[in-house]
Amino acid sequence: MAPLTLDDLRKKREEARKEIYLREGKYKSKITVHMGTCGIAAGAREIVSAFLGEIEALSAKDVMLTTSGCAGLCSMEPMATVELLNSPSVKYVKLTPEKVKEIFKVHILGGKIVTDYAIGIGSEKAG
Amino acid sequence: MAARRIELMVCTGTGCVAGGAFRISEVLEEEIKKQGLENEVSVVITGCNGFCGQGPLLVVLPDGIFYGFITPEDIPFLVQEHLLKGRPVKRLMFSPPEKKEPIPLISEIPFFKKQLLVVLRNKGIIDPEKIDDYIARDGFAALEKVLSSMTPEDVITEITRSGLRGRGGAGFPTGTKWKLCRSEEKEPKYIICNTDEGDPGAYMDRSVFESDPLSPIEGMIIGAYAIGASHGYIYARTEYPLAISRMKLAISKAKEYGLLGNNILGTDFSFDLEIRQGSGAFVCGEETSLIYSIEGEYPDPRQRPPFPAQSGIWGCPTVINNVETWSNVPVIINRGADWYSKTGTETSKGTKIFSLVGKVNNTGLIEVPMGISLKEIVYDIGGGIPDNKKFKAVQTGGPSGGCIPDSMIDLPIDFESLTQAGSMMGSGGMIVMDEETCMVDVAKFFIQFTNDESCGKCSTCRDGSEAMLDILTKITDGEGTEDDLIFLEEIGNAVKDASMCGLGTTLPNPVLSTLQYFRDEYEAHIKEKRCPALVCKNLIKYYIIPDKCIGCKKCLKECPEEAIKGDLKYVHIIDQSKCNKCGTCLDVCPKKVSAVVKVTGKEMEDILGIEDPYPVIRKKRRKDEN
Repeated sequence: MAPLTLDDLRKKREEARKEIYLREGKYKSKITVHMGTCGIAAGAREIVSAFLGEIEALSAKDVMLTTSGCAGLCSMEPMATVELLNSPSVKYVKLTPEKVKEIFKVHILGGKIVTDYAIGIGSEKAG
Repeated sequence: MAARRIELMVCTGTGCVAGGAFRISEVLEEEIKKQGLENEVSVVITGCNGFCGQGPLLVVLPDGIFYGFITPEDIPFLVQEHLLKGRPVKRLMFSPPEKKEPIPLISEIPFFKKQLLVVLRNKGIIDPEKIDDYIARDGFAALEKVLSSMTPEDVITEITRSGLRGRGGAGFPTGTKWKLCRSEEKEPKYIICNTDEGDPGAYMDRSVFESDPLSPIEGMIIGAYAIGASHGYIYARTEYPLAISRMKLAISKAKEYGLLGNNILGTDFSFDLEIRQGSGAFVCGEETSLIYSIEGEYPDPRQRPPFPAQSGIWGCPTVINNVETWSNVPVIINRGADWYSKTGTETSKGTKIFSLVGKVNNTGLIEVPMGISLKEIVYDIGGGIPDNKKFKAVQTGGPSGGCIPDSMIDLPIDFESLTQAGSMMGSGGMIVMDEETCMVDVAKFFIQFTNDESCGKCSTCRDGSEAMLDILTKITDGEGTEDDLIFLEEIGNAVKDASMCGLGTTLPNPVLSTLQYFRDEYEAHIKEKRCPALVCKNLIKYYIIPDKCIGCKKCLKECPEEAIKGDLKYVHIIDQSKCNKCGTCLDVCPKKVSAVVKVTGKEMEDILGIEDPYPVIRKKRRKDEN
C-alpha cells in the first residue's frame, strides 16, 4: 500500500468508521425480529437477512438489529418490533422481504408508520 | 465487510488467552457457521477487557451483554439462545457474590461503572491487530492535528498545561521533561517507551500493548515531533510474547501506512521506531539502567544528573516515558489540555491504570480518575474481600511501594497522598490483603524480591537489603529480639538515604510502612512468638480438635508427610515432628466438621503442651457411654 497523506488518513478514517459503528452504540432506531420457534418456522431468519440487506444497501449506520423470543402472537409470525428514538414501538406482523423493504424505507428512514402491516403501537404492560 | 447485526468481542489479553480464549473464538466461529449465522454475526478478538477474574470472557455488542467463565461446551447453547433467538443466557452472566440475580449489561456491572477510560479508551472495542480499527476510533487524529496545525513548541505547551505526570512511578511533569530535551543542542535525539514492567502482580503496560498498541506508538510519534527526535525504541520484556507480537504488527502496519518512517503523512517529519527486548532484570526499569541495556552495556544505573533528557542513549538527549504516559498524549492533543485537566486532583491530573489483585472479589485491570479513594477501588470496583473476611491493607507501587492500612481507606489516590502515606504510586500495582495476610511475611517477601533484583552497585542497597532480609527471616522464624526492630528501622532509613537509584531508595518502603502501621504484628512475633495472621510456619502448628474430629480419614489419606495417625471413626492426631505445615489437612477437612485449626503463640503451647509426645490412637467416645 502506498503511504498515506494527511487527506488519505481522513478518508481512511471515514471508511473505517463504517466497520465499527456497531461497537459504539449510537442508535436512532432499533429493530427486534421475534425468533421464537414459531417465528423461525414462519421464516423469521429470512426477515433478519432482509433487514440486514437493507442496512447494508442503504448504509444505515444508526440502526440496531436484534432478535428476541416469541412475541406471543404465533399465528401472526414472522413479526418484528420497530422502535424509533423517543417514539413508541410498533409491531409488524406477517412479514415478507418485500414488506421489510417498505418498512425500512418508510418507517425506519422516513419516520412514518406503515399502518397496513402494523398490528399495534406500544407494548403490553409489564406486570 | 458486509453489515453485521452482532459483534462478539472476545477478550484475548494474556489472562484470557491462558484460560483458552483463542480456542473459544475458534469454537464460536465454527458454531456460528454451523447455525448459519456467519452473515449476521462476527467474532472480534480484542485486548484485555479488564475483568480478568472472570476470564475467558466476551461482550456481545451492540446489546452490551457481558459473559464470563466461558467454556467451549457453553458455546453451542450460547449461539443458539442469544445469537439466534435473542435470549441472553443468564447462567453465563456476571453475578456479584452476595446477589442471586445476574447483571446482564456490562455498563451496569459495578466493576466497570466507576471506571473512567482515557488510556484504555479502545480496550475491548478494537481489534488490536487491525490498524483500521484504531484509526476509526480517532486514531492518528492527534498526529494529523499536530502535523497540520501545531509547532513543536505548541505541543510541549499543551502537554505542560494538561498537567500530565510520568506514569512510570516518579510522577515527573512530562511537559517539563520534553522542554528540557528540546532545548538541548546535541543531535540526534531519541525517544524511549519504557515497557519494562517487573512488579509482582502488575500488568498495566502489558495490557495497553495487548489491547491498543498504536495508542502509545502515536504518543511517541507526537513526542518525537515535539522534541525533534528521529529515532525511538520500545524497551519491553521478552517475557511478554503476546504484547511484543502485537507491538511488532502495529509498527509494521504503521510503516505501511506511512505513519512511521520517512516523510510521515507526506510531511517533512521523519521518525522511526524499533523494539528492544530485555531479559527481565527488575533494575532495567530504572531509566539509566534501561538505556545501558539498549546500548548493549551492563545495565548498572548511574548517577543523575545528567538526566537522560540531557544525555541519554549513546550520550544523546533522550526522552524516556512509560507506556501509559505515551498513551495519554494523543488524547490530550485531541481533546485539549483543558478537557484533560478537568479530571483528577490539584497536582495529579487525568486517570491512572491499576492492576487490582490479591484478596479482592473482582480482580482485573482498572482505570480510575486520580483522587478516587482507596475505599471506592477496593469495595465498589473490587467488590470487597472474598468470603467476608476483614480488609487489612493495600500494597501500592509494587515491591518498593508501601502498605496502606485499613484506617487510611479513605485516602485519595494521587502522587502526593500515596507518598505521604509512606507508599508510592509506582507503576500501578495494587495488591489487596485481608486478615489472613501476615504483614511481616509480606515485608519479607518484597525484600526478598528487591534483594534478589538489586544490581549490587550501591552497598546500602546490596548489603542493606540482605541485612533487612536476615532480620525479617529471624522474626518470622520466631527468633527476633526487640532490638531488631530498631535496627531494621535504622537500616531502612540508611538504604533510603544513601542508595543511588530508585530501586534502592524505595526498597525499604514495605518494611518501613509495615513497621509504622503494623508494629503490633512485629511485636507479637517477637514477644509472644505469635503470628496473628497464622501464616509464619515456624510460629504455627496444625491441630485436630478431638471433640470435632469424626474420623473420616480424609486428612490422613491426603497428608503428604503421612504425619496423621488414626483410623476410621477414631480421632486423628497430627504428629508434629513430621508435619511440614502444608495445610492440606485444613483444606480437606469437611466444612461442617472443621476439626483442623491453626494455632499460634500461647494457645499453641497450651494445647500442644498437654499432648502426648507420641501419637496414640484414641477411641472416639460413643454416645451410649454417656
